[in-house]
This record gives sequence, structure tokens and C-alpha cells, in this order.
Amino acid sequence: MSSVEKLISAIRALDVGQVRLMEVCGTHTMSIAKSGIKAMLPENVQLLSGPGCPVCVTPPQVIDAILELAMRPDVIITSYGDMLRVPGSRRGDSLLRRRALGARVEMVYSPLDAIDIARKNPEKQVVFLGVGFETTAPGTAAAVITAKELGIENFSVFSMLKTVEPALRALKNMDGFNIDGFICPGHVAVILGEKGFEYLPLELKLPGAIAGFEAEDILLAIYKILRRIRNNEPGIDNCYSRAVSPEGNELARQTVESCFEPRRDIWRGLGGIDASGLGFMEGFAAFDAEKRFDIHYSEVETPTACRCGDVICGRIPPQLCPMFGKVCTPEDPVGPCMVSSEGACAAAYKYSGI
Amino acid sequence: MNMEEIITLDYGSGGKKTSRLIEKMIVPALDNPALAALGDGAVIEGFPKLAFSTDSFVVDPIFFPGGDIGKLSVCGTVNDIAMCGAEPKYLSCSFIIEEGMALSDLEKIVESIRLQCEKSGVQVVTGDTKVVEKGRGDKIYINTAGIGFVKYPGLDPKNIQPGDSVIVSGTVGDHGTAVMLSRSGMAQVELKSDCAALNGLCEKILDTGAKVRVLRDPTRGGLATSLNEFVENTELSIEIEEKLIPVKPQVQAACDMLGLDPLYCANEGKLICIVAAEDAEKVIAAMHETEEGRDAAVIGSVSDRYPGKLVMQTGFGGRRVLQKLTGAQLPRIC
Repeated sequence: MSSVEKLISAIRALDVGQVRLMEVCGTHTMSIAKSGIKAMLPENVQLLSGPGCPVCVTPPQVIDAILELAMRPDVIITSYGDMLRVPGSRRGDSLLRRRALGARVEMVYSPLDAIDIARKNPEKQVVFLGVGFETTAPGTAAAVITAKELGIENFSVFSMLKTVEPALRALKNMDGFNIDGFICPGHVAVILGEKGFEYLPLELKLPGAIAGFEAEDILLAIYKILRRIRNNEPGIDNCYSRAVSPEGNELARQTVESCFEPRRDIWRGLGGIDASGLGFMEGFAAFDAEKRFDIHYSEVETPTACRCGDVICGRIPPQLCPMFGKVCTPEDPVGPCMVSSEGACAAAYKYSGI
Repeated sequence: MNMEEIITLDYGSGGKKTSRLIEKMIVPALDNPALAALGDGAVIEGFPKLAFSTDSFVVDPIFFPGGDIGKLSVCGTVNDIAMCGAEPKYLSCSFIIEEGMALSDLEKIVESIRLQCEKSGVQVVTGDTKVVEKGRGDKIYINTAGIGFVKYPGLDPKNIQPGDSVIVSGTVGDHGTAVMLSRSGMAQVELKSDCAALNGLCEKILDTGAKVRVLRDPTRGGLATSLNEFVENTELSIEIEEKLIPVKPQVQAACDMLGLDPLYCANEGKLICIVAAEDAEKVIAAMHETEEGRDAAVIGSVSDRYPGKLVMQTGFGGRRVLQKLTGAQLPRIC
């Protein structure tokens, strides 16, 4: 029997009744969909996607603000690829469309590339869209620190950086919360360490397992969580110890803390959550694109027909959104979950339907 | 001030500089009687049935590991004709050049076209050169059109039947990944575009006398998109196995890093062959004798279990549908 088959039969053998597990990482969402794990699990184990795709949790009014900024003739927007096709509150209106209309939008792999672009275009304002969780925050912080050291004044960051813990706490406090355990994000855990997830069993009384990104890693994490559920002993298992240490990456955390501080932030579907975003500390305020361009947006989510919010909170699987696969497809997405390759809807659309 | 010779708008004026470019550089490189006549068009030999195709090339960067836009512009059209069961014979070649391009770069591209034409047994018999202002193009765009003599008529996706074998001629995703990497400044020598002409390989396959249903070169959209095109809106399905699909480990690694999927990355020197199951072994053996087909493998078969769909057994043991590529692949954040 292969190790995969062994894990599956071990999962079947655990008699836990109906359980709902949530993964909180877009890469997990994708890996689960690509490998076909859902079809292999027994029917009593349901997997749901949480607020783990950084693009998907960005609310439409923030995208609208970015689209408006992109149209300023003195501005070059630099971004990771995912963000380019995400629509704002108007369907089909995205950075890609704005680029076709004349906005300068450049895809980069690193914020340091954005700094390069800033140096080569001194007459322009180069704005980097800082999207992501604890994983991309250190790189973004390092870029801001570099820009400050080099005295690059035409570079700024639109910070949409968020942290996972406040979102999971908010999720737990929502009406109708019915998740029995979390598959914890491996990349985030590389930074935070095992101890960064201890609040799950200690305070939220829920089990979790830190998982790597191979399908087998995820199956192992599922097995460990189910065993904890059966034994009724919440705790954290580290199933990704080849990359995640108990303490995490202190240097990366310090880099972030030297540049950013927690601030209230808005999540699609979850709304405003205190101390869930990363804003600029005073010494770096000059690099804050929101300040530089006097950008404001409402905390109230601009209503759209999209139910991404419900999908992100695990209230519905993507297929239960009335628009899924009909009105809303990857070619013509209504919400970000259908755009990002890490989005729950895109994963469900691309990799299901047998 | 760099006084390197560059293309200026004068080169596209139709005047002396245009003639000089054509007569001193392009015609001597691609020399043949039909081209040398420098008429408005070329007069060429015919054949009962012709295959005719055209393609435009806008690749960025114009020089990439394993090839350049010139080589690509010949291989691309040669392959499209070869997939029709035809022997490619004549090409047209049109350049749209952006003002400011180094003349030496153009020379390299023309030389690469010459080499590839010689290798593939085709001739450029007619062409055109235009120069556009700086900013109105991106260094150089090339359009080629080609004519071939149909030697093996009847290749058609309509002939595909349940039970047929699906063959791919080698590792997939090489071109798309190599170009993406060199575009992002992460070019690696070990990772080259597979850019190659496949007319020799096609001939080898078709000369076996096997019941070949259809040939297709999976360029943009990659393997998964081409296979989808065969079965969409039909009662047939294609079932492939992930572990049988040849993918270079460095391509897989680069794709993982960039957030791409090799099954959706462009190929420029690979073909898909759908053939009656009883002939698959014979075709594979013939393909293995060639440079372009040495990694050829049966990756799955045609069935009627999932009408209209391409289904893959994952290496992990799961099963999933592969859709066509939607939009360009955009790299992920983390």
C-alpha cells in the first residue's frame, strides 16, 4: 500500500462523524484541488477554504481606490500577477483593463523590482501593491527599508498586508461558525513558528496542524487534526517540520516590526477587524501610498452580487453561489475568488466537474 | 553616444535604405530564385492539394535561451503546415520593426531564419519590411505564412475514436517556462526553449502507415488546452495520467516557483499525435529514432466516459478535470 493509501485508510478508520476542516492558505486550496484530495476523503470529512488567499480578502472598495490611482498619469502601479485581473466593484474593471486604457501597470515578482522601476523612472511615482500575509510582509518591509536607505523618494507602498490570527479569531466569533479544526498555512508558519498558532488550542479551543504543500503533507495534517478531534485534545501538530521551527523566523518578524505596525483593516466578507492589517510606522510614513496620494475608502463593503465573502468565511462552498460557473467564470469573474489562482472559486471551477 | 547602426524610420520609407536592407541583408541570406526575382509576389511550383497557414510572432524577449524570434517564426509556420500532413515548401516573411532596433540584432535574426529554413527544407520566397516609430512597436514583430504540399490527407479530429492512444512527442512546457524565466531576468542555461521544426518528425510518424487520426502542436495554452480542443462539444473524452506526461524537473521547479502549470505553458517543438491504439507502439518507436521525438510517450487514451472533458489521473491518485486555459497565466503571490 502506498503512503497515500495508508493515510486515506487511517483517516477512514478514525470514527469522528461529520467534521468540517478549514484551510487558510491559497496554496493549500490549490494543492487540494489539483491533487483531487476531496474526492479521496470519506464523505464525513468536508474541506472548506478560509480567508487564506490575500487577493480574495481585499475588499472591492480598496480595489476601486487602486484603479483610480492607476489612472493618474504620473503613477506606475507595480504588482504581483494575481492582483491584475481582480475586479473592483464594477464587473470587468481591473488593472489589466486599466492598462489597456493607458495606465502604466507592471507585473513584478518582488518589491525590489518595483524599486528598480522607480530608479529608472525618476519622473514617475512608483507604487507597489503590498498584498499578502506574514509571508510577503518581510519582503515588503525590507524593500521599504532599502528605499529609505537609498533615498528613493518616488517609491511608495499601498499596504494591504494582513495577519492571519485576528481573522481566525473574528471568524470564530461570527454567528454560525462551525469549523472543527484548521489546516494551518505552512508559509506563514515558517515566519511565526509553531508557537504562532498556539492560540488555536489554548484560546479558541480548536485543533490545528501546520501543513506543507504536497498533497501528502495535507493528508497527514488532516489525519492529525481528526485524531485530535476524536481524542478531544485540541493542540497544534507540526506536519511541516522540514521548514517550520518551533520559534519561526525571528529576523523576518523583526524586519516587519521595524517598519509596520498593526492597524484596523478591512477584509472582504469579514469586515473591519482591529489590529488585523499592517500600516506604516511613523518613521516610514513617507512611503505610505495612502498618505502620499490622500487615498480614502469606506469601511462598508461596496455591495456586489458576489458571494466571495460567504465563501471566504466557509459559510458556503463556491458551488452554492448562484453565479458560480454561470455568470462568474475565470474568463469573466465577478469576484476575486474566481480570479486568483489561489481563490476557492477558481480552484473549484478549474478542478472539479467530473 | 553609441553610434551602433540602428534601424531608423528611413529604413521603412520604401526608398534607398529600404532597398539596401532588403537587397544587402535579407535577400542574400535567404537566397533562392523565387525570392531573388523581387517581384510583388513569388511564382512557385504547385501540387494537387495545398496546406496554407500563417502566424505572427511578437515574443518578448526576442532572443531567449534555445532560440530567437527568427527561428521561432520559421518553426511556428513550418509546424502548423506539418500538422496538416503536408510537406512545408514556401514561406513569406514580413518584418515590422520598431525604430531604434540595432541593425546587428536584425542581422542575427535573419541569419537564424536562414539556418532554420535550411534545416527544415523551406524557402522564404516573398516578404515585406515596415518600420514604425519608436514606441509604436516592440523591437520587432514577424509574420510568416507558409504553403505545403499535402502528402498525407485526411488528418482530422473528427476521426478520433474511443480507445485511441494519445502521444506527446516529448517534455512539455519548456518554451513557455524558458521565456517567462528570461523575461523575469532569471534566465538559466539549463532551461531552454524547445523551439524546433517538426516536419521531419511528422513525416517519420506518417510514413509508418499507422492509423494517425490527428496531429497538433500544442503552442499557446499548452498541452491541456490542445487536448481540450479535440474533445469539447463531442461525445468523447480524453483521459491522461499525470505521471506519464514528460516534464523536465527544472521546468516543474520553475513553474512551481513562478506559479505556472507546465500543462498550460507554450511548447514550440512538441506535437500531440492521436493514433489507433494498435499502432501506438509502432509510432512511438519511429518517434524515438528522431531528435525531436526521443522522449515521446503515450500519456493516455480516448474514451467516452466523460463526454467533452479532459480528465487527468493525478500522480497522487486523485482525478480531476483539466479545463482550457482562461486568459494568460498570471503568477501567484506566494
